Amino acid sequence: MITLSKLNKTYGSQRVVNEASMAFEQGKITAIIGPNGAGKSTLLSMASRLTKLDDGAIRIANVALQDWDNAELAKTLSVLRQANNVNMRFSVRELVAFGRFPHSQGRLTPEDENKIDDALAKLDLTLLQHKYLDQLSGGQRQMAFIAMVVAQDTEYVFLDEPLNNLDIKHSVEIMQVLRRLAHDFGKAVVIVIHDINFAASYADNLVAMKQGKVVCQGSVAEVLTEQQMSQIYDIPFAIHDIGDKKVCVYFG
Amino acid sequence: MAFTPRFAASFALVMLAFLACSSLFIGASELSLHAIWQGNEQAWQILTVSRIPRLLAIVLAGAGLSVAGLIMQQIVQNRFASPSTTGTIDCAVLGYVAGMIFISSDALWLHFGSIFLCAMAGTLILVRFIQHLQFKNAVLVPLIGIMYGNVISAISTFIAYKYDLVQTMATWTLANFASVLQGNYEMLFLAIPACFIAYYFARQFSAISVGKHFATNLGLNYQGLVTLGVILVAAIAALAVMTVGVIPFIGLIVPNVVALIMGDNLKRILPWTAYWGVVLVLLCDVIGRIIIFPYEIPIAMIISIIGGALFIYLILRDKRHG
Repeated sequence: MITLSKLNKTYGSQRVVNEASMAFEQGKITAIIGPNGAGKSTLLSMASRLTKLDDGAIRIANVALQDWDNAELAKTLSVLRQANNVNMRFSVRELVAFGRFPHSQGRLTPEDENKIDDALAKLDLTLLQHKYLDQLSGGQRQMAFIAMVVAQDTEYVFLDEPLNNLDIKHSVEIMQVLRRLAHDFGKAVVIVIHDINFAASYADNLVAMKQGKVVCQGSVAEVLTEQQMSQIYDIPFAIHDIGDKKVCVYFG
Repeated sequence: MAFTPRFAASFALVMLAFLACSSLFIGASELSLHAIWQGNEQAWQILTVSRIPRLLAIVLAGAGLSVAGLIMQQIVQNRFASPSTTGTIDCAVLGYVAGMIFISSDALWLHFGSIFLCAMAGTLILVRFIQHLQFKNAVLVPLIGIMYGNVISAISTFIAYKYDLVQTMATWTLANFASVLQGNYEMLFLAIPACFIAYYFARQFSAISVGKHFATNLGLNYQGLVTLGVILVAAIAALAVMTVGVIPFIGLIVPNVVALIMGDNLKRILPWTAYWGVVLVLLCDVIGRIIIFPYEIPIAMIISIIGGALFIYLILRDKRHG
């Protein structure tokens, strides 16, 4: 379990995260949603130690974040942000092998090789493993970075907009992999995501943010109401039940 | 692949051996295998005092500078970074000039210290500056680096004018292996441990080349590794500048050409980068000795011509692919 209590972050005079508190549970996918500039990515960065917090407290597996050793934390928590330098020429397999670094410090054991094979297979990259990253499409490249996080095999997985710029097929495949990580392997998966319908279909819990504050959080059914969604996004929402899924219609 | 690794390795060794022999036996004073075989004292003296030191200096400087360029490219995440495009070399020259003025002692290590500290401080300043840049345009980084280098270089020249050292500085900065003799190049051997340290941390450097967040996620100390990289680059550049002079482009073109063929996995390409650095410097040095035999053209000129052309090609190629 990761608990965030009353996190604050100010850039210049602007408060981007304001007294945000939440918890991420194992075995669940938690999606952080909200309009642009709501502070979602900053919150995710703080929770995964990439950005320093101004004040508040973060506890990971009951240990305060500042008491974690960075190298040790890399075996427990992985985070993938956007804007990675993809100009460097690594093969897919070399990239995925980086995920094992925290465990083996670069000297891959047979167990590491197995986990790499496994991660490649999970994201359907086995046939592409010897291609260079700059030879792949955007979707395949994103799959490769996610495969790296899968190979890192941590209890907590943070992903910042994993579906950005991806087509529907890649998006669905990635969400299915994340759901398996949470439900079958008991990991806590936390994603920042813009597509509410993807969040509604695959996430277990939602956290809705606006202007740095947490507006509401809870199960998908609790958060996804027409009134709350309209308030968060400032446009009218209609929410329909189709099959066992909730689908938001917000096209005016 | 048509080349098996074993074939490539044997071919590489044969080529290196051939170039090394050419380097040993080409020169103003004649040296024949026969004389050495017969134990001719003069022949042996030429070999041990001049030719072997020269060969070793070429090998060490070529390998060292190429590896330094490779590390630099990884820590600033830019293909066009190298000791000569990030101001490292210019700062080293500044350190050399400062050393000539302010250090009265002849002790080599004192002068090395001055060159090394200047190179390191100057490079750290530029690297920190680049880290704060919002737009990391591929060509912008070396442009800033070259401008920065020119400013530093202007300071060195100004100081040199003031103390009447312009001529010394000019002769000395133009790389030339002809002046390498037994007794004045041995410090270059320090490039060997520097390269081994770089090899030991190869995977870490590879990881930081992807980005700060990427490295932090893997539990690495990003800023610490950047500093370590800068120290290694500055040390190698300082050693080369002190014993040989300024060899431009080598740290730029060798890693780029190797990465083009073999990718960016540092652990795999570092030994090859060192190898091709040696081959290129050896080749240029031999050419420089042949063109107007028995006189010599300094290696800096030969390598500038080849390196400049290759650099422009790489930029154009990058534009087409980017």
